[in-house]
Amino acid sequence: MRNNGVLSKIAFWFRHMTFWKSVFLVLVVAGLYSTYVRFVYGLGAATNLSDKFPWGIWIGFDVLCGVGLAAGGFVVAGAVYVFHLDYYKPIARPAVLTAFLGYVLVVFALMFDLGRPWNIWHPLVMWNPHSPMFELAWCVMLYTTVLAFEFSPMVFERFHLHKAAEVVHKMIVPLVILGVMLSSLHQSSLGSLYLVMPEKVYPLWYTGNLPFLFFISAVAVGPAMVIMESFLSSRAFHREIEMPILSKLGKVTAVALAVYLVLRIEDMLNYHLFSYLFTFNTEGILFWAEIMIGVVIPITMLVIPRIRNNKRGLYYSALFAVMGFVLNRMNVSVTSLERHYGVAYFPSWMEVSVTLMIVALGFGAFAWAAKNLAVFPEAATAAEPVKAESYEVVVIEDDAQLKGEPSFGMEAK
Amino acid sequence: MKKQVGILVDTTQCIGCMACEDACADRWGFPHTDVHELSCEKNTVVQQYGQTYVARLCMHCEEPTCASVCPVGAIHKTASGPVVYDVDKCMGCRYCVQACPFQIPKYQWNKPAPKVTKCDMCYPRQLEGKQPACVEACPAQARVFGYRDDLIEEAKKRIKNNPGTYVQHIFGTTEVGGTSTIYLAGEDFGKLGFPTNLPKRALPKYTWDIMEKIPDYFVWGSTLMAGFWWLTNRKKKVAEYEDELKRGRTEPDELEIKEQTSGGKDAK
Repeated sequence: MRNNGVLSKIAFWFRHMTFWKSVFLVLVVAGLYSTYVRFVYGLGAATNLSDKFPWGIWIGFDVLCGVGLAAGGFVVAGAVYVFHLDYYKPIARPAVLTAFLGYVLVVFALMFDLGRPWNIWHPLVMWNPHSPMFELAWCVMLYTTVLAFEFSPMVFERFHLHKAAEVVHKMIVPLVILGVMLSSLHQSSLGSLYLVMPEKVYPLWYTGNLPFLFFISAVAVGPAMVIMESFLSSRAFHREIEMPILSKLGKVTAVALAVYLVLRIEDMLNYHLFSYLFTFNTEGILFWAEIMIGVVIPITMLVIPRIRNNKRGLYYSALFAVMGFVLNRMNVSVTSLERHYGVAYFPSWMEVSVTLMIVALGFGAFAWAAKNLAVFPEAATAAEPVKAESYEVVVIEDDAQLKGEPSFGMEAK
Repeated sequence: MKKQVGILVDTTQCIGCMACEDACADRWGFPHTDVHELSCEKNTVVQQYGQTYVARLCMHCEEPTCASVCPVGAIHKTASGPVVYDVDKCMGCRYCVQACPFQIPKYQWNKPAPKVTKCDMCYPRQLEGKQPACVEACPAQARVFGYRDDLIEEAKKRIKNNPGTYVQHIFGTTEVGGTSTIYLAGEDFGKLGFPTNLPKRALPKYTWDIMEKIPDYFVWGSTLMAGFWWLTNRKKKVAEYEDELKRGRTEPDELEIKEQTSGGKDAK
């Protein structure tokens, strides 16, 4: 019976093809072909990686960007459950959902990149505390578990397992504290990965501050991702977060980016980078592109209230921050090493197709969850276009509580 | 500490006969080829720079970067000096390939179950009391095997006795904290393909500066977070309570009750 139901649902999905569904299908089919080549013929057959360039976009994009872009989960959860900033409660669930999906996909992507993925559990029993990769392995594993717990009430409620949801509610504060600690550790460790290569990394990107820069930029871009998501989901399935909350999130991004900019300027002074800054080469251009797109433009846009409080303006500020972030991670992981290795790495189409497949799966999973689980607050959906800035968000929150709308995990008190 | 072994490579002595390459290939079961680049089928090679032949092999660093970055400890420096790799632990992250300052570890890119390949200074042969295969095959004393301290003495002696032949530096005594493979050369090391921008400090220390703080950070950080939770929680509770009181005063029914119980102290 039930099986029949699933089958007919799948049949329904295929019969009602849309543009985005066909894009999704194409990406998944191409990705599956590359998956076959990768696992049957080895990394060399599917990728442009070599002894001279051992890490490509599966590390630079899938892992460095994937983990960073999922940072909204710990930033928002920390704000709501540790700092009691109840104002942000309505976004806790979408943020945690993104983080959870993000981390699951990062681990999934790692299975492609690791030469011997069946040994992925080895860091559990074979320890080397000197390696930032070891620390990453532990933190990502533990944090994914923490996220699974934080995310679980959305599933429990869907299946009316209120007892189970309540058990999670009781543990939520220690869980979130653990999540914040683990996140700050492994977000920064992604930067620490490159500390060991002072002679290889191009001077514009080598600094002892790498771990701190990676952490702060993740704090900046996490909220930016939540903003983008809300914008996209409002277009896709008319579920969104109130503008006042989002524009306040935009402020968080602006402040974090400002701190980040100060640190980067400090590096320019400490490491005497001026000659590199004004050298007209690939590195110089990409460095300026990264600073302008990812830091200067978003800060400028976000400090102007008229842009920050405008839906489209806010969305584009967040988009700039995210693009600059991705550019930064690609610069650190690819651009900064090309000169030393004397090679120009560009991903093969198969590398790109695997990455795109993973991104498509992420979008698909988010869309499914947003439709089927209690992710977005009811009040926001019902309120749709009319409710503008004149409303205090406190009111909306009260609404949500009156309707028994659970906002990620626990009640206000 | 056990006395460390090493290999002294004297590039002025090498005649480019490639006997070491072949001996190494035989030891590993690799094919004999004319490609003189390190790869997953070549753990040592001899490269020509003008009139000089330079042998390449793992430097067996005193503090190996590859071993320090490996998340599962698949690479380690043995007590006697050689840096060895254990495929059974390896998960294939290739951080060692990325991090090695001499670009020694290579990867089997075209195998579904790939390994890292690198020179292990013939550690298994050493355990049998034999010299590394390449040293044994060298007809020209260009590779010498022995205790590292003795080799440094020998190198110093060669420099002293032939002042015109050598540059005044033994490569591997200061670079990245020292290496077990050391080199003598008749011209600038930079011209012979050696990295010249290496710090004297062992590279693993650059990471350890940060990594060593993690346990403390974790303890203090979580305590601090718990403290923030407590503070903001209390602030919120107090605010709620004050709010209640205020509301109590403005509602006439409750006001009366309050007046009765508190003796009208706060009543307006």
